[in-house]
Amino acid sequence: MTVQTAGPAYVTRAPNVRSLKLAESFFIPIAALVVSALLFSVFLLIIGKSPVDFFALVWTGGFGSSFSFQNTLQRSAPLVLTGLAFAVPARIGLTIIGGEGALVLGGFAAAAVAIPLVTNGVPPFLTLPLMAIAAMATGGFWIGLAGWLRHYRGVNETISSLLLSYIAIAIMNFFVEGALRDPASANKPSTMPIGDAYRVGAMPFTDVHWGLGAGVLLAIVLYILMSRTTFGFAARMTGGNPRAALAQGLPVGFLVVTCCVIAGACAGLGGFFEVAAIHGQANASLVAGYGFTGILVAFLARHNPLAVVPVAILFGAIAAAGGLVQRRMGMPDATVLVLQGIIFVVLLTSETMYGRLKFFQPGTGADRT
Amino acid sequence: MSFLPLSRRSLLKAGAAGLAAAALPMGFARAQSPVTIGAVYVGPRDDFGWNQAHSVAMEILKGVPGVTVVEEENVPETDAVTQSMESMINLDGANLILATSFGYYSPFVVELAKKYPDVEFRHAAPLWKDTDPKNAGSYFPYLNQAHYVNGVAAGLASPTGKIGFVAAKPIPSVLSNINSVLLGARSTNPNATVQVIFTGEWSLPVREAEATNALVDAGCDVITCHVDSPKVVIETAEGRGVKTLGHNASQAPLAPKGFITGAEYKWETIYKGYADNIAKGEPLPNFMVGGYNNDMLRNTAYGAGATPEAIKAADAAIAELVKGTPIYAGSLKDNTGKVVIDKSYDNYDPFLDGMNYLLEGVQGSLT
Repeated sequence: MTVQTAGPAYVTRAPNVRSLKLAESFFIPIAALVVSALLFSVFLLIIGKSPVDFFALVWTGGFGSSFSFQNTLQRSAPLVLTGLAFAVPARIGLTIIGGEGALVLGGFAAAAVAIPLVTNGVPPFLTLPLMAIAAMATGGFWIGLAGWLRHYRGVNETISSLLLSYIAIAIMNFFVEGALRDPASANKPSTMPIGDAYRVGAMPFTDVHWGLGAGVLLAIVLYILMSRTTFGFAARMTGGNPRAALAQGLPVGFLVVTCCVIAGACAGLGGFFEVAAIHGQANASLVAGYGFTGILVAFLARHNPLAVVPVAILFGAIAAAGGLVQRRMGMPDATVLVLQGIIFVVLLTSETMYGRLKFFQPGTGADRT
Repeated sequence: MSFLPLSRRSLLKAGAAGLAAAALPMGFARAQSPVTIGAVYVGPRDDFGWNQAHSVAMEILKGVPGVTVVEEENVPETDAVTQSMESMINLDGANLILATSFGYYSPFVVELAKKYPDVEFRHAAPLWKDTDPKNAGSYFPYLNQAHYVNGVAAGLASPTGKIGFVAAKPIPSVLSNINSVLLGARSTNPNATVQVIFTGEWSLPVREAEATNALVDAGCDVITCHVDSPKVVIETAEGRGVKTLGHNASQAPLAPKGFITGAEYKWETIYKGYADNIAKGEPLPNFMVGGYNNDMLRNTAYGAGATPEAIKAADAAIAELVKGTPIYAGSLKDNTGKVVIDKSYDNYDPFLDGMNYLLEGVQGSLT
């Protein structure tokens, strides 16, 4: 990759070169998926199950009907947002794995802000935006903290964001089981329900809540921000070489913290939708692992905000199909984890193929010397 | 990709029209149509505990003619359960959904019941209220009756009369199991005691092992528990050479030397009843509780740890429970000396649902 971009920049402007690169970035992941499917088929044959049945069920369960596809989209909605939460800091060279904490704390903040607003009868069209803002601000602050620690105190952001996640979950539990507990929630401590009037509904013509729409919109916005603006350029440059960026006079600290705040806000927004569209209250069910699955999603999307959307949908489909596979083929839940693991390893391995397939290289040999 | 939303919309419209057209004939056909039961579990089906108990019942139901069973394990208490249940309804044609984990009920089961009024939903905890949808409901056996039988057997099978209890959380259903073990043991050995350790969570294997070891170190020679999966507790106790009493499902295979008996749910009684109702087109009960008197519980077949006297006494205790003889026959004091049960209470008396004390003879505290 770096060899190419560092080479003659004018050459890569040629349209056929760009389309070749585009074709390459589609071909390699799809080939990786095919290889994963073949490897998984071998696994299925070894345990005596039919790969044909399996993939037919994946199709039926994940895409085969409008119901299945909606099931897939519902499951992918939180993953788009948590995927973005990993992808954006990754562009500036940070490995932030604390999306889970930002989601939980964001969801909790949304539920906590809602309590006084709902009890005082503030209408939903005011309450919901305030909840969303609270969630994004809290999530942004939380991951922003990891970015700040990284830049100003030299604390490893991977470790700090992970530890901050545990603190976030503990804070949520502390309040949900204590001061903000709804007395009616005896056996499962929760905050006060926001009530049906304050719930975020489904998008028109679907059963999928607006979290997916927000995720897609954010993916587009963040793609433009990271690829088509000076901010994005500066961030990517910092990701490539922070010292060089500093030497160029770029505001590296600002860039690092801002990218982290954006990431936290994405995850926090995911938490808002979990509360406002799904649970109607904050409780331990917010800790569902979406933040961690988002890391896989972002990796497979190669940290490209736009690619996060289809990858999240792929994960949603695998999860949706996983249930059907369990039910129809009598296989344990772990089967789908095996498939996910194979896809992950193969896709990561396929990363090394970029720039090595002759077919996709412009003017092979001569130009590149 | 840009055409996708359009095609999805048209698909949906077609789907909605199709559903509307299909709704009527399906309603007629249902009375004698085959029963498809979809069961959702929060953990693995082979956990030697709560989930396994349900799965064992579903295996039995698979043998009932006209009944199809679909199962899904490891479904978290998020909207993942909505999606799994909805997938069972739409793709498998399930007409009865069994949601077996506490946190599935609200809002997930309640909301889906409103969306699919033709499908029956039943949930394994006493949460259904009159204001909830009529096609939803609750079922819940009082396992403390089987724990009482455990106690009766342990009173005679234990050389010292010291029973150790590893408990998850100090909530009423757990406390009732602890107190019932004590009352059972005291009925056969008036000097019996129960020492309890709370781990604080439903599934904390490491702490459960530590608690088991601590109880054995403290001199307990019979160990039992109320945690999601008793596997760790029973195996640890067997390894320490003490006797064990089971909980939720059969743990007999885990303790070939020391297993006495165990408190087990007999979910198949409830599930067969539901399947029968649906096959005959009868309404399903919205709220069901029970115990030994209506065949919703059993005790695991006696293991090598049970003595002949213990077996005889336990069988007699079961016969009494089948007749409805009360377990909490007062007056009884708690372990701080306060009278907490003033008279005999029926085994299903709502008064007992609010239990927030450990009886005299139980060593341990709620805080």
